[in-house]
Amino acid sequence: MNEFLTHWAFLIVPIVKIAILVFIVLTVDAYLTWIERKVIAHIQARWGPHRVGPHGLLQPLADGVKFVFKEDPMPANADKVAYFLAPFITLMLAMTSLAVIPFGPQRFTVFGYETHVGIADVNISLLVLFAITALAVYGVALAGWASNNKYSLLGGLRSSAQMISYELALTLSVVGVLLIAGDFSLRNIVDQQAGSGKGLWSWNIFPQIIGFVCFFIAAIAETNRVPFDLPEAESELTAGFHTEYASMKFAMFFIAEYTNMITASCLATIMFFGGWLSPFPDSWTFAHYLPSVLMIPFGLWVIFDGVKYENLFGRLLLPGVGTVIAAIGAALIVFPVANDAIQGIFWFLAKVFTFLFVYIWMRGTLPRFRYDQLMSFGWKFLLPVSIANVVLTSAVILWRMH
Amino acid sequence: MSAQVVIFFVLALIAVFGAVSLIVQRHPIHSALSLILVMVALAGLYLLMGAEFVAAVQIIVYGGAIMVLFIFVIMLLNAGVEERTNLSRLAFYAGIPLAVAVTALIAAAIVGSKAATALPAAAPDTLTSTRTLSMLLFTEFVYPFELTSFLILVAILGAIVLAQREN
Repeated sequence: MNEFLTHWAFLIVPIVKIAILVFIVLTVDAYLTWIERKVIAHIQARWGPHRVGPHGLLQPLADGVKFVFKEDPMPANADKVAYFLAPFITLMLAMTSLAVIPFGPQRFTVFGYETHVGIADVNISLLVLFAITALAVYGVALAGWASNNKYSLLGGLRSSAQMISYELALTLSVVGVLLIAGDFSLRNIVDQQAGSGKGLWSWNIFPQIIGFVCFFIAAIAETNRVPFDLPEAESELTAGFHTEYASMKFAMFFIAEYTNMITASCLATIMFFGGWLSPFPDSWTFAHYLPSVLMIPFGLWVIFDGVKYENLFGRLLLPGVGTVIAAIGAALIVFPVANDAIQGIFWFLAKVFTFLFVYIWMRGTLPRFRYDQLMSFGWKFLLPVSIANVVLTSAVILWRMH
Repeated sequence: MSAQVVIFFVLALIAVFGAVSLIVQRHPIHSALSLILVMVALAGLYLLMGAEFVAAVQIIVYGGAIMVLFIFVIMLLNAGVEERTNLSRLAFYAGIPLAVAVTALIAAAIVGSKAATALPAAAPDTLTSTRTLSMLLFTEFVYPFELTSFLILVAILGAIVLAQREN
């Protein structure tokens, strides 16, 4: 048995890692919808979902069940092949792009097979990521075209035009980072930001603040989120390219959108905010207790809030969840080995969730662009600024070399 | 068979299937989709040879930019299913012998060459790395490189002039 595992480890370990990652990402996607609905509800002085489970925590589960059991009609005269392919392409590409993202610093050996936190460690991971994003247009364009619906077609066309336009700015905005790092590997880009252990001062965000602003705007446009969600502008196009999709096919577009948000946030974290590096200097070892310092009070607060919840189910579930969170926090203090192991992943996730929150925050704040504004902003502002950033960065690097 | 050979044949089969489907399909969008399949399979073959930069650029440029434009135009023109006409005589009498001849020529070249017995060996790492590639482009091959950029610039200007003629 052990020999078998050692022999096939190169195949088994990645498959297990992929299964774990897919499970985690799907769960995060589901709860991202819950967080989004809750946050926007509170921005708009509403309650948001609160019927299914305490604080609506089981709402994603109910939504999932609903998606599975809904009727799945196909529009008349739709192009069958393209209609079926479109959601699969979209979801597949969204999931694939996560495969090249490194989530943490560790390298470990399982059954004699050396691996790391993440699926594939490619030395051109950034290029692979852009190659996958470049293909993502097809899912949306095909969905719009194949549905045999003029709103879908308009949504699909808008979306393809938007994605092509902003892809240029997206690619150019990271060239500054590439010039500094001199490498396409995301892992090396993070390692290079470690600097001399001075914490956040050696992150790319300071020399590349223009690049980051361009990148983040372009990334929002690439993921079709507010204020760039014209492909699905409901007041003009009903629901844009996915008007004719129902049931699991609609859910696949939905999951893909949220997965793309996660990928964009991971990329922003890695490229500009030091990935899994701590913002504190290396000498501040007491900062290692931050996860516990955050988790224990949060767990206690969940218990305190849970015991006075309005129904019995909530009074049982919430304190249970709170106890688990507080216990993990306490365990991390007791076992320093575990605490050191989760530092990288803790900072990575903290940064990624900050970006995801900004995504949601913007949806609750900003109105949608008009189509001509979108195009002129992308081509006449974002693209020239990214190019200027590339020229400026190269000039500074050249000046420092001499 | 090593894993590489298996992957090679899978990718080759996908590429050939896509190429045949490109011609057989009656709807322009389906043909374009088949062409994308060919492009992606080719990128996989480049990857197998260790030319990772070329593989990524193949997908970004051909799969992501050029084919998107194709699909875009087909969708905007709302091109329908093509109509089949009878084969022209010329195509029948000149085309089929020519196709046979070209196939025979390629087959002969493959059989005759020594490389046919083995997979194309992965180029040495020093040659395929992006850094070396760009070093070569900007030193040894700087004139062809700049000339190509100039050609593309002229083409872009030409496109703009043509598009603006109406006003």
